[in-house]
Amino acid sequence: MAATDSVPVAAAAAGRARTRVPAARTRRGRTRAGRSVINVVLLLFSVLYLVPLVWMVLASFNAHASFKLSVPSPTTANFRHVLTYDTTFHPMLNGLLLCGGGTLVCVVCSILAAYPLSRFRSRLRRPFLYTVLFSTGLPITAVMIPVYSMFVQVDLIDSMPATTLFLAASALPFGIWLMKNFMDGVPVVLEEAARIDGANSMQVLWRIVLPLMWPGVIVVTIFTFISMWGNFFVPFILLLTPEKLPASVSVFNFLSAHDYTQYGQLSAFSILYSIPVVMLYLVLARRLGGGFALGGALKG
Amino acid sequence: MSSSAATAAGRKGARGGADRTPLPTWLAGLLRGLPVLPSVVLLAVFLAGPIGYCVYYAFTDMQLTGSSGTHFTGLHNFSRAFGDPDFTNAVELTLMFVVGSAVVGQNTLGLALAVLMEKASKPVRSLTSAVVISAWVLPEVVAGYLMYAFFYQQGSLNAILRFLHLPQQNWLYTLPILAVCIANMWRGTAFSMLVYSAALGDVPRELVEAAEVDGASAWQRLWRVTLPVIRRSILTNLMLITLQTLSVFGLIYTMTRGGPGNKTETLPIFMYQQAFQNSLIGYGTAIALVLLVVGALFSVVYIRMLKVEEG
Repeated sequence: MAATDSVPVAAAAAGRARTRVPAARTRRGRTRAGRSVINVVLLLFSVLYLVPLVWMVLASFNAHASFKLSVPSPTTANFRHVLTYDTTFHPMLNGLLLCGGGTLVCVVCSILAAYPLSRFRSRLRRPFLYTVLFSTGLPITAVMIPVYSMFVQVDLIDSMPATTLFLAASALPFGIWLMKNFMDGVPVVLEEAARIDGANSMQVLWRIVLPLMWPGVIVVTIFTFISMWGNFFVPFILLLTPEKLPASVSVFNFLSAHDYTQYGQLSAFSILYSIPVVMLYLVLARRLGGGFALGGALKG
Repeated sequence: MSSSAATAAGRKGARGGADRTPLPTWLAGLLRGLPVLPSVVLLAVFLAGPIGYCVYYAFTDMQLTGSSGTHFTGLHNFSRAFGDPDFTNAVELTLMFVVGSAVVGQNTLGLALAVLMEKASKPVRSLTSAVVISAWVLPEVVAGYLMYAFFYQQGSLNAILRFLHLPQQNWLYTLPILAVCIANMWRGTAFSMLVYSAALGDVPRELVEAAEVDGASAWQRLWRVTLPVIRRSILTNLMLITLQTLSVFGLIYTMTRGGPGNKTETLPIFMYQQAFQNSLIGYGTAIALVLLVVGALFSVVYIRMLKVEEG
């Protein structure tokens, strides 16, 4: 859960970024020269930044891949080699069960929790929100050892449901926080009409509020899933049986077991493992359209 | 567990609505708060529980093998930690890692990219942000693998240096902490870049233009106008990337496993090794507690800056 973990700011900023205005158009001559220097600097930087990614793609199509950046004699053998049930599909399926289940639990719980937090006044509201916000900052890495000892004592080590619930709980503070902010954006006026017609809180939530905040729910869902899919430490500690491991741990074991010699296959597997989150991120970027977006979608 | 609690909450809510006789206020308040319950249970069992456990175990000599012999040992784990040169080493490395890769690296690079991208032409801006963000989206183990390959003796970095006729190194052996810092920068800069891009978009243009009319250079405008205006974003960003970097495990573990020797053994790695490789759960937990307290302090500062709205 490193970088894609807690991002209230970026998410909050996403909405504002849409109001960007074009850069100043004054003093064109001078800015044009400055701009081309800036363009060259950024291009060089991008190329350097891109090198590790390009290496991975080239190595995955190279029958004799090494750590050298080299143009391959194209082959799909690496992909064919790793696209087996044991190497790819089973760990991916485990990842889907763990992260999909965790995401589902997290999203449902955060919708339920966000509603009273967004709509009702209570003395407990502010302390609760502070606690939630505080928990988004806690380093989950540090919690893993006590979680391990606790799971050993109650015999939950190597249990996929327990790991799923832990993943859900660790993503929950941020989920609640984000969901509450999205829910605050749905006008209360619409609910009042439904309430006059005799609908209760839960009916109002599912029939009126949720349909109006689908984009928000989708953002939270995708975001939660991406961070769980990349999470290595949690399943690495809590699961033992090789048949239960998700792709994040199996790619690590693949690294260790092959002693860094099958670079082509490793790269192919890394690409396959990364594809789902990259695709989901693209959906997310399009949804938000603003600060989160891949450059092109940044309106400027 | 949570789903049954959720349906129970739904049913209770439904009954409260259908029942036309007014409920006592305290009960009505309780019913309205019920949907929070599943989350509270999950958080209590899986987060608060372990943290409570953490506080307890940190004061014991619990070991992985033979857990029947767990004794209360008071502050022993902590006095041991502060006398342990490996712990001191881990603290120093963590400081270097957090300051080097997050506070200086990600933060400065992210700001620089955001400022430059504002002035760049559109295709260049799109390309740069797409490249930086793709490094961010990759799972951390994949990022670790790519960075290992990049810094390896026969890897891309040395190839580039050779091409430029610059001295090469066996980076992962001679300067491993620098390698993992750069790796974390490579992976994490996108976050700061996104935060700053959004913040810069909010800077009032009149302010910058007024400074320009008064003859301020680009550098002065950035230093005297833009940066003070986005001060809050800078602080928030620093706080968040510090918290994120403090708990990085997978990236370093994939690249170096804390080695060679203990040259990249930051606190999370040290904690893991004490708890699982040396089977000293109690000691590992004490280190985890130190890490949690540091994280909690940063988290409190962060909340104070963000401020939950009145209500």
